[in-house]
Amino acid sequence: MSDASAAGAPAPASIAAHGTSLVRFDVAERAAHWANATLFLVLIATALPLYFPSIEAAVGRRALVADIHTWCGVALPVPLAVSLAGPWGARLRHDLRRVNRWSAEEVRWLRSFGTRRITRPDKFSAGQKLYAAFTAGAILVMLASGSVLRWFGPFPLSFRTGATFVHDVLATVIVVVVSAHVALAVTHPTALRSMVTGRVSTAWARRHAVAWLDEQSG
Amino acid sequence: MPEPDHRVPVGRRVLLAMAGLGIAGIVAGAKVQGAVGRALGSGLGGYLPGGDRFRIYTITGSFPRIAPDAYRLSVSGLVGRNLALSLADLRSMPKTSLVRDFQCVTGWRVPSVHWAGVRLADVLDAAGVHPGAAALTFDSYDGADTESLTLDQARRPDVIVAYEMLGGPITTAHGGPVRLYVAPMYGYKSLKWLSNVRLVESVVPGFWERNGYSVDAWVGASNGRSDPPIK
Repeated sequence: MSDASAAGAPAPASIAAHGTSLVRFDVAERAAHWANATLFLVLIATALPLYFPSIEAAVGRRALVADIHTWCGVALPVPLAVSLAGPWGARLRHDLRRVNRWSAEEVRWLRSFGTRRITRPDKFSAGQKLYAAFTAGAILVMLASGSVLRWFGPFPLSFRTGATFVHDVLATVIVVVVSAHVALAVTHPTALRSMVTGRVSTAWARRHAVAWLDEQSG
Repeated sequence: MPEPDHRVPVGRRVLLAMAGLGIAGIVAGAKVQGAVGRALGSGLGGYLPGGDRFRIYTITGSFPRIAPDAYRLSVSGLVGRNLALSLADLRSMPKTSLVRDFQCVTGWRVPSVHWAGVRLADVLDAAGVHPGAAALTFDSYDGADTESLTLDQARRPDVIVAYEMLGGPITTAHGGPVRLYVAPMYGYKSLKWLSNVRLVESVVPGFWERNGYSVDAWVGASNGRSDPPIK
């Protein structure tokens, strides 16, 4: 990459905006992402033996696996909450607003099930925005349904059935969606690298995030 | 440059929709799952994420581990003589094999599970039931779970003290080395890690029954559920 030499240089955003590279994610955002990703992977890995008897037979230690799964699940909102809470979370809070709000063009993209081209892509593609919202919703729903499964005492017993159903169905969807996320990351190494180093080249931004680039220099 | 027209809060809507669906699913999922299962039939329904595999529940922090050699089944209460049956004792008694669906009250069902063990009726005959006895209580080695049956229910030929499941010894997670298997009732009746059987005068509701599940747990005719009969 042309921006490889600049990748490690900690330049303020204002300077970076006028150089050959831009800050896409700061340290708080990257820490939140990788902590969250680690928890998701541990949750999926521990879910497999809990769900498939054939895998459980090979792994064993079911009670331990279940405990790891439960407490990683409880910890799931922590990376995002901590990263958002303090003064270090300014950029993440700003990016969350950006992820939430869709341009008319992006809404048309969604209505066309992703077939319409977006001429002025934002800092995050519409697919990335959708994925972020899905992840937030998945954390909430898995945490709620998992809590009902583990701590069923205060709830009507029919909720156990409903929570089992919701947890199983959404887990399946999550595995598919997260797999697609990882596959897209691996096939888009520049975007993936920006989640490691925090930076992208202005050339990349011109092609993939022109609306954001124009904001930066405007 | 013009401000980009970021106007529609799609992210928030996706989040709220998922939260709403999730809560609705927890509250009403029991009915939805039943309807979906019936619509697809038992064949296709098994491929759903909610479908045909065991979920392991425990009400304690961990599984009790009992060495098969050290296992004893205590039979006491209103009996002619107290028993302490080892696994070898159980294996020396007439063996009964069953292949039945396992239906959980939370909606999942595992079709055609193989079970083998001793009829509870044979164990009762070996101990000799006192005429005043009308019910049984069961304790688990986990120290917390309990169950109940009437004497008539316990004498059914499809109620066994099981030491084999899924074609082999019962694993610890499934309640091994020995558990109760009450074929015509929901899974919570099939107490895991069976330690004590006591003959008593009247039914004492077990752990799940004190938490709201039906004492008589017939599949399809209790707990407000309408599951198809066990095959």
